Amino acid sequence: MGNEVLQNRVLDARIFHTEFGSGVAILTGAYRFTLSANVGDLKLRRMPEVPGLQSAPSCWTTLCHDRVPHILLAVGPDLYILDHATCSTVTPAGLAPGVSSFLQMAVSFTYRHLALFTDTGSIWMGTASLKEKLCEFNCNIRAPPKQMVWCSRPRSKERAVVVAWERRLMVVGNAPESIQFVLDEDSYLVPELDGVRIFSRTTHEFLHEVPVASEEIFKIASMAPGALLLEAQKEYEKESQKADEYLREIQELGQLTQAVQQCIEAAGHEHQPDMQKSLLRAASFGKCFLDRFPPDSFVHMCQDLRVLNAVRDYHIGIPLTYSQYKQLTIQVLLDRLVLRRLYPLAIQICEYLRLPEVQGVSRILAHWACYKVQQKDVSDEDVARAINQKLGDTPGVSYSDIAARAYGCGRTELAIKLLEYEPRSGEQVPLLLKMKRSKLALSKAIESGDTDLVFTVLLHLKNELNRGDFFMTLRNQPMALSLYRQFCKHQELDTLKDLYNQDDNHQELGSFHIRASYAAEERIEGRVAALQTAADAFYKAKNEFAAKATEDQMKLLRLQRRLQDELGGQFLDLPLHDTVTTLILGGHNKRAEQLARDFRIPDKRLWWLKLTALADLEDWEELEKFSKSKKSPIGYLPFVEICMKQHNKYEAKKYASRVGPEQKVKALLLVGDVAQAADVAIEHRNEAELSLVLSHCTGATDGATAEKIQRARAQAQKK
Amino acid sequence: MAAHLSYGRVNLNVLREAVRRELREFLDKCAGSKAIVWDEYLTGPFGLIAQYSLLKEHEVEKMFTLKGSRLPAADVKNIIFFVRPRLELMDIIAENVLSEDRRGPTRDFHILFVPRRSLLCEQRLKDLGVLGSFIHREEYSLDLIPFDGDLLSMESEGAFKECYLEGDQTSLYHAAKGLMTLQALYGTIPQIFGKGECARQVANMMIRMKREFTGSQNSIFPVFDNLLLLDRNVDLLTPLATQLTYEGLIDEIYGIQNSYVKLPPEKFAPKKQGDGGKDLPTEAKKLQLNSAEELYAEIRDKNFNAVGSVLSKKAKIISAAFEERHNAKTVGEIKQFVSQLPHMQAARGSLANHTSIAELIKDVTTSEDFFDKLTVEQEFMSGIDTDKVNNYIEDCIAQKHPLIKVLRLACLQSVCNSGLKQKVLDYYKREILQTYGYEHILTLNNLEKAGLLKAQTGGRNNYPTIRKTLRLWMDDVNEQNPTDISYVYSGYAPLSVRLAQLLSRPGWRSIEEVLRILPGPHFEERQPLPTGLQKKRQPGENRVTLIFFLGGVTFAEIAALRFLSQLEDGGTEYVIATTKLMNGTSWIEALTESPF
Repeated sequence: MGNEVLQNRVLDARIFHTEFGSGVAILTGAYRFTLSANVGDLKLRRMPEVPGLQSAPSCWTTLCHDRVPHILLAVGPDLYILDHATCSTVTPAGLAPGVSSFLQMAVSFTYRHLALFTDTGSIWMGTASLKEKLCEFNCNIRAPPKQMVWCSRPRSKERAVVVAWERRLMVVGNAPESIQFVLDEDSYLVPELDGVRIFSRTTHEFLHEVPVASEEIFKIASMAPGALLLEAQKEYEKESQKADEYLREIQELGQLTQAVQQCIEAAGHEHQPDMQKSLLRAASFGKCFLDRFPPDSFVHMCQDLRVLNAVRDYHIGIPLTYSQYKQLTIQVLLDRLVLRRLYPLAIQICEYLRLPEVQGVSRILAHWACYKVQQKDVSDEDVARAINQKLGDTPGVSYSDIAARAYGCGRTELAIKLLEYEPRSGEQVPLLLKMKRSKLALSKAIESGDTDLVFTVLLHLKNELNRGDFFMTLRNQPMALSLYRQFCKHQELDTLKDLYNQDDNHQELGSFHIRASYAAEERIEGRVAALQTAADAFYKAKNEFAAKATEDQMKLLRLQRRLQDELGGQFLDLPLHDTVTTLILGGHNKRAEQLARDFRIPDKRLWWLKLTALADLEDWEELEKFSKSKKSPIGYLPFVEICMKQHNKYEAKKYASRVGPEQKVKALLLVGDVAQAADVAIEHRNEAELSLVLSHCTGATDGATAEKIQRARAQAQKK
Repeated sequence: MAAHLSYGRVNLNVLREAVRRELREFLDKCAGSKAIVWDEYLTGPFGLIAQYSLLKEHEVEKMFTLKGSRLPAADVKNIIFFVRPRLELMDIIAENVLSEDRRGPTRDFHILFVPRRSLLCEQRLKDLGVLGSFIHREEYSLDLIPFDGDLLSMESEGAFKECYLEGDQTSLYHAAKGLMTLQALYGTIPQIFGKGECARQVANMMIRMKREFTGSQNSIFPVFDNLLLLDRNVDLLTPLATQLTYEGLIDEIYGIQNSYVKLPPEKFAPKKQGDGGKDLPTEAKKLQLNSAEELYAEIRDKNFNAVGSVLSKKAKIISAAFEERHNAKTVGEIKQFVSQLPHMQAARGSLANHTSIAELIKDVTTSEDFFDKLTVEQEFMSGIDTDKVNNYIEDCIAQKHPLIKVLRLACLQSVCNSGLKQKVLDYYKREILQTYGYEHILTLNNLEKAGLLKAQTGGRNNYPTIRKTLRLWMDDVNEQNPTDISYVYSGYAPLSVRLAQLLSRPGWRSIEEVLRILPGPHFEERQPLPTGLQKKRQPGENRVTLIFFLGGVTFAEIAALRFLSQLEDGGTEYVIATTKLMNGTSWIEALTESPF
C-alpha cells in the first residue's frame, strides 16, 4: 500500500461498504488517511492533511456522500471532514455546549445518520451531514464507551443507537428513557439490517425490535386475533371446549384470516423450532375454518423455516433472521453455502425447494467440481472420475467451464479428461485450442459433424503447425482432409496440388492439371504441357482411358492450331466431332476423312456426322454420292428424316425406297406417301403399323386408303 | 395463406409459423427502417416462408441482390445481409461495407446467416477488417422448409455432390439440425431406421445433439412414429428414369423451382375471338403448384396417362355447375348460385391452366423421340441388354442430343448393370469426349466417383437380384387405377420407396440379403421416451413415418409415397423430407463440371 504505509505503519483501519464494493480506510503513523473505495480494484487515494494534527484523532469513521467516501474525524472539540481535496471543519447542529472531546462516533448502515458520543456523556444523533439533529440524550456516563452502533428498527422506522461499555449495554433513542442491559462478558456489537448482533466468548445474541405480529400475539393479555388463535389451538389440543369459544370470538369479529396471517408471520420471527411449530400449528388449525385461504404463505413459511433452521444449526452457523434471509434471497444463501463448501446441504436445500436444476443442483455441482479440480493432492484420474460420478449427465452442467477452471489451475491433463465428458463439441473445441491441444480439438470437431467447427480448427492448425506436420495431421483425418481440399479448391489452388501430391492421388492430380490447362494457360504450348502432366498423372493412377483421352486431346489441340493457321477460321477448343464437321462444311473433305481416321471415329457416327453436315450445306449431290459409297451403317431412314427437315421431299423420296422393311412404313409416311405406306403395312400384317398409317389418314384424300386398312384389319381378325 | 400446409396428418404450418416468428424477432432487433441485401440463392426458399408483406410490416423498405462494389443508395437506418455462410459471399459483403460512403448518413449493418453462423466466415470478415461493423450477427436456422402438407426440403442444391463426391458433410449437419428442430416442435421420434453411410452419420449426429440438449427435455407428445433416413446413393437408379406422373413430367420438361413453374406463354393466351393472336404474351407464364389448388392436388400424382380423363370429367362437372344458373328460379336459388361463383370460377381457371399444361406435356410425350427414350429406359430397368453398347444412346451422341440426356441414359444403363463392362464404358466415354468435347472428362470423372457411370467390379451384376427381390419391375401396371407404386414410372417401382414400403411391412429382416448388396450400413436406433409420452395407438390408426432422402428426391418418388399413404390397409402415412427436390436432369447437372 505504498511507501508511506511501510514507513509509518498503520495505526487504525476501517472497512466500509458502498455500492461499488468493500472499501478500506487507514490511518497511518504520520496521522494521514489513505483510502480505497474498492479493495477489488485497489486504487489508493491519499486524503488531505488535517492542519495541526499531532496525535491520533479521538475517534473517526468513514462516511459516504453522493457515492464518494469521506472521512470524519474528531480532534478535541473539533470535527473535520476530509474529502479528496479538502479538509473542512464541521459543527454538529444543536449540540449541547461544553464538549471538549468526542469519544465515539457511529455511522448508520445506510450512511444517512451519525451518532456522536461526547465527553459530557451526551449522545448526539443526527444526519450524516451534521446539519440536522434528530435528538440528543445524556446518559450521564463519561467513561468512553467501548463501542457504539446504530440499531435499525425496520418496524417503527425510529432510530436507535446501542452503546456498549465493559459490562453495560444501553439502547438510546428519541425517548427520555434508555434501556439498559448487563453484559456478563466482553462483547462485540455488529450492526445489521434489522438489529444488532452481540457476540461474546460464549454467547451470541441478537438485539432487535419486536415485530408487530410477535408483539400482538405474545403481549401479556393480548386480545389480538393471533393471540386468541394460538390460545384456541392450545385448548383444542387439551380437548377443551374453550377452543370453540376463542374461535367463535375471532370469527365473530371476522378476524380469522388476520389471525392465521399473524401466526404465520410470527412463526417466521421465532428462532426456537418448538415455538415455530406451535405457531404454525395454530395457523394450520385456523385455516381449517376458512373457506379460501391461499395456502402459499403457509407453505412458503414452512419451507423457509426449514431452510433457516438448517443453516442456523451450530454445525453450519449461519444464524440469519427471517428478514435477513428474505433480503439475501435463496440464491445468495446458496452461494454462501457453496463458498463455505457446504455442498451437500446446498444440494439438499435445492432439492427440497425444487429449484430448477440449472439454477440449483447443477450450479452447485459445478461449483463443487470447480473446487475439486483445485485439490492438487488428488490425481487427475481420480478427480475426473469423482466429478463424472457425481455430475453424470446432469443437465446444465458445463464440463467445459470446469475444465477451464482446471486449466486455470494449471491442470491441463485434468482439463482434457474433463472435456471428454462435455457433450457439446462447440464448447470443447475452443478450450482445447486454447490449451494448444489442436489435434484433439480436430478430432472432437470432426466427431460433432459441425463442419464449420472443423474448419475453424483446421485454420488454427495451419497457422500453428509447419506445413509437413499439418499435412500429416490431415492425412489421419479423412473428413478434415476432404473439407480442407474443398477450402483449397476455392481459396488456395497450389495447396490443393500439394495435398494430392502428398497422398499420391494421381487421379485427382490429373483432373487438377486439366483444370489448370483451361484456366491458367493461354498459349497452346502451355496448355499442351499442362495436359501432358495430366496424362502422366493418369498413367500413374493406372487410368489408361483418361491418359489416352488426354493425349488425344493434346494431339487434337496441335492439329486444330495447324488447321487454324492453314485454313483460317476457328478450330481451337472445338470437340473432335465439330472439328470434322467444320472441315466438311468448309469443303475440306479429305482433311475431314484423315481426321476421322486418325482419331478412329466409329463408322456409324461418321455417317451421322457427314449426313448432317451435307444436309446443312444442302449439297444433295454429294449426299447422294455419299449414300451410295457403301451400305449405310445407320440405315436410310435418317436420310429421309434429314431431307424432310430441310423440306426437300424430292430428295427424301429417293432414300425412302432404300429404307429397310422394318422402318419402311415410317419412311413412307414421312414423305407423305400414305397409300404406299398402307400397302406395306397391310403386307406386313402389322397391327401397330396399321394404326400408325390410319392415324396419318386425313380427310377425304386418304379416305380410300383408310377404308383399305379397315378391310385388311377385318380380314386379319376373321382369320 | 399457407393453409395447405395444415391439411396433412402432421400440421407443417406449425413449423412455418415457428420460422416466421424467428424471422420477425430478428427483424425487430434491428429497430428502424431496413434494406435487405439478398444472397440471390435464398430468395426462392424464403418466398415460401415469408412474402414481401411480412418483411414490409417490419419496416423493410428496400431489397437488393448481393453483388460487389458499392451498395445502392437507400434512405434506411439498417442494412441487413441475408446470406449463406460462404467465404466468397463474405468477400462481397466486405467490399460493400468498405465502399460505404463515409460522408453519407451512417447506417447500421447486420448479418443474418442462413442456416448457420460460421466461425470461418466471421474470421474472414475479421481478416478483411469489417467484422466490427456489424451490430447483429445472427443465424436463422432455416433448415427444412415446408413445401406442402407432407413435404419438406432443405433446397440445398449441392448436397449430393458435397456428400458423395467431396466428402463435405455440411449439409448432413444441417439435416441433423433440421431434424432436431422438427423434434422440438413435434416431439422426439422414438424410432430411427436408416440405410446408407450418410444416413448413419445423420443418425449419429442426431443422437449426439440429443445428448447436448438433455437439459431442455421437451415434453411434446410425439407426432412421428418413426424416421427413415435414406441415402440417395442407395438408390441411384430412380432419379435417372423419366418420371411419368403429371407433376414429375412438368418437372422433367419445364423444371419446378421452389414450387413455381415457368411455362411457354402461347398456350395461356386469353382466348378472344377476332384477336387473330397477334400480340401473344412473351413473358413466361409463372404458376405456383401445390396442394392449395384442389385440382392439382388431385392430379399431380397420377400417371400422366390418367390425367386426361380426370380433366375431361372435371370439365363436364364444371360446365354442368355453370348450367345450374338456368335452373335457378327463386331469388334464394340465384343467391346461392352467386355465392358459389368465385369458387367455380377459380375451379374453371385452374382447369384451363392444367388443360394447357397437359397439352404442352402431351406434345412432348407423344413425340417419337420421347417414346424411343422411354423404351430404352424401360429395357434397361427390366434388365434387357444392359451389358452392351446401346444403339439409341449411340445415335443420341451421333446426333448431338443434349449431353445431359446422354449421360442420364448411360448412367441408367450403368446402374442397371451394376457398372458397365470396361469396353462398353470406355466406348461411351470416348464417344462423349469426341463429340461434346474433351473438357467433359471432368464430369465423367465425377460421375464415376459418384458411382453413376462406372466399370463393373467383381464381374457380377447384382441388379437382377435386387430387381427380383424387391419386385422393381412390374409387367402389369394399371396406370388409371394403380395397385402398386410402379405406376409412377409405368412399370418400374422406385427402389427407395420399395424399401420404405417393405420396412413398414413386413420389415427389413425379410430382405437382409438385398440390403447387404446395396451400399452402406442399415441400422435401427431407438430414442427412449418418458413413459408419459409413449403413444397408445388406436386400432386402425396409421403410423406416421418421416422419410428423409439425403441427396434429393424426385416428384415421382413423392407420388409413390403418397400413394402408399392413401392405401386403405397401408398402415403408414408418410411425411417426406429431403435435401433437395430434384430430377435426373438437375441432379446430373449438379454433378457436371466445366473448367471454363
